[in-house]
Amino acid sequence: MTTETTTSAKLHQKSCVVFGATSAIAQAVASEHAKHGYALALVGRNQEKLEQIKSHLVTLGASQVSIHVQDLNAFDKHEELLQGILAEIGQYDRVLIAQGTLPEQRDIEKNYALTEQCIKDNALNTISLATSIANAMEAQKAGKIAIISSVAGDRGRQSNYIYGACKAMVTTFAAGLRNRLQASNVHVITIKPGFVDTPMTAHIPKGALWAQPEDVAKDIMSAFEKDKNIVYTPWFWRYIMLIIQHVPEFIFKKLKL
Amino acid sequence: MAQNLAWGRLFQWHQPVTSLSWRTSTLPALAEDQHSYLPYGLGRSYGDSCLNKDGVLVSSKQLTRFIHFDSKTGLLEVEAGVTLKQILEFAVPRGWFLPVTPGTKNVTYGGAVANDVHGKNHHSAGTFGCHTPWFYLLRSDGQYLKCSTLDNVDLYKATIGGLGLTGFITAGAIQLKKIRTPWMDVDSFRYKNFDEFCELSKRAADEYEYTVAWVDALAKGDKLGQGLFLAANHRDLPHSSGQDPYANQAPKLSIPVEFPNIALNPLSIKAFNFLYLNQQRTPYKQSVQHYNPYFYPLDGIGTWNKIYGRRGFYQYQCAVPSEPEIMREIMTKIAHSDGGSFLTVLKEFGDIQSPGMLSFPMEGFTFALDFPNKGGETLKLLNELDALVRDAKGRVYPAKDARMSAESFATFYPNWEHFSQFIDPAFSSSFWRRVTGTSA
Repeated sequence: MTTETTTSAKLHQKSCVVFGATSAIAQAVASEHAKHGYALALVGRNQEKLEQIKSHLVTLGASQVSIHVQDLNAFDKHEELLQGILAEIGQYDRVLIAQGTLPEQRDIEKNYALTEQCIKDNALNTISLATSIANAMEAQKAGKIAIISSVAGDRGRQSNYIYGACKAMVTTFAAGLRNRLQASNVHVITIKPGFVDTPMTAHIPKGALWAQPEDVAKDIMSAFEKDKNIVYTPWFWRYIMLIIQHVPEFIFKKLKL
Repeated sequence: MAQNLAWGRLFQWHQPVTSLSWRTSTLPALAEDQHSYLPYGLGRSYGDSCLNKDGVLVSSKQLTRFIHFDSKTGLLEVEAGVTLKQILEFAVPRGWFLPVTPGTKNVTYGGAVANDVHGKNHHSAGTFGCHTPWFYLLRSDGQYLKCSTLDNVDLYKATIGGLGLTGFITAGAIQLKKIRTPWMDVDSFRYKNFDEFCELSKRAADEYEYTVAWVDALAKGDKLGQGLFLAANHRDLPHSSGQDPYANQAPKLSIPVEFPNIALNPLSIKAFNFLYLNQQRTPYKQSVQHYNPYFYPLDGIGTWNKIYGRRGFYQYQCAVPSEPEIMREIMTKIAHSDGGSFLTVLKEFGDIQSPGMLSFPMEGFTFALDFPNKGGETLKLLNELDALVRDAKGRVYPAKDARMSAESFATFYPNWEHFSQFIDPAFSSSFWRRVTGTSA
């Protein structure tokens, strides 16, 4: 009854970098890695929250946890941030890009400045980070990046199309990156969660389709382990979105979705 | 949408729920139509002690972080929403176990403190609160208080078994105990009546850490109280069984829909009790069991509370002093009522005092069983049982109650007025307003 996992992990201490580490899904994914003895690097805006997550991960068995307080919309700080992380972990093994916001569509649709902010929060900072990390992984000839997109990116709907457009950009970017890096032994995973019961969605009434962040984390872990490409989580969203994508536009445009 | 936020499925009003995301969060402001807060864990309290009509429930479901573990002493610090299941999955592979556990691991740390839960080792270990050296309490005035045997001692004692009324427990410590294997050595004795139970219970108390009896609640006369007495200790020697003892066990079976009300009737209950008791033909049997089926047999059936159908059910648990005559009277009343349930649990509590002011366990017998909700008939029987318990100077368990009168409560817990001075003025529960005869 010893901590065998911790010992074996130290021999080849695998790392996992988590951007947007205070999000509920990211915390759950980090916890699963901690249980397997990974070295973790956490990036988020709030030092105090990151410290609370760090003590959790250390207690669960993470071999090492470093904290990086950074607003990811400061694009000019990305290189310095990534250099600092690489200095801690040596090389990239797994990366999870999970930061994002969920603005109220009606609040931002009449205001371009807010629309642009949404695009920075949910697409551009992801693309900036993924670009640097992908290039480093290409040189390493190893590594796995999981990027959290959303089912909202599969088709534009009046209730959510700005956020959806950001996620569509992320989805397409990830698909191209996966295609490009295939030859370099680097794997890119597109995660498309449906409705997840997290602080980000606390204001929305919940129904039967809602999943817990721990369930989504399990799907992400399995995607890392089995090199999955596009993961709908929970699984049934693949079929819901298949239907939504195939409704003819002349009908779709009249729907209240 | 109908919500069933308490385990007995008796109450279905619309109940707003909010949650705290961080242990350093503050309580969200009350809405205009909400009079008070009540902390909410996993909703395993049976009645209305975890509900707050016209108020808001503050869920701990996002407070599931571990804080610190000392592998030398076994002292574990966790956030309030961490479940006993999560603690076991963490602790057992490291050679540690919960010092006290109720019959389900699907309860939170905060809920275990607030109800000062007990288990089959009450006679050797006391209640959960006997093993919680400190916790942190968030009050509605914004104060964040460490409560322990040294700091804020009165609030510490009021919060253990305090039903969530003294503030929101955000995090706390639990002293785990050392085990050598995840296995249990279980000795089971088929006994013929209540006298035999008393004798077994006395003999077993020193030899076994865990004791409990499953009783056929419908047996009468010479057979009154007959059942299976299970006595167990943690196993020191290795045991091989072909299964991975550390594997996470998802429920094998879940009850997806409410059973029709006809499913439970005196005949089916008699048949079930007969089958259960007769699975063991010899008077004495030894076995080795994994801790999961031993401690948590019903966790193997996801939402077993749905078998009682649309109308829900009452659970009744009382504790009375160790005088066999009192217990015999209570069991006779139940046996003649035909309102009874599946299995009934009987145990003898020990004399270890909990720090909790409003804690339920007391030295003597405790008896717990389910009653399908048949309306007035069921309530009449439970009120009659209350009267017997009042006369015996016993108590009924608030975590399982949905109907006791204010008069009964005041008799069971004579220090409730002393306790009430520690209640946070912005906290309340449907249970508390009912048993103190107050409105919000």
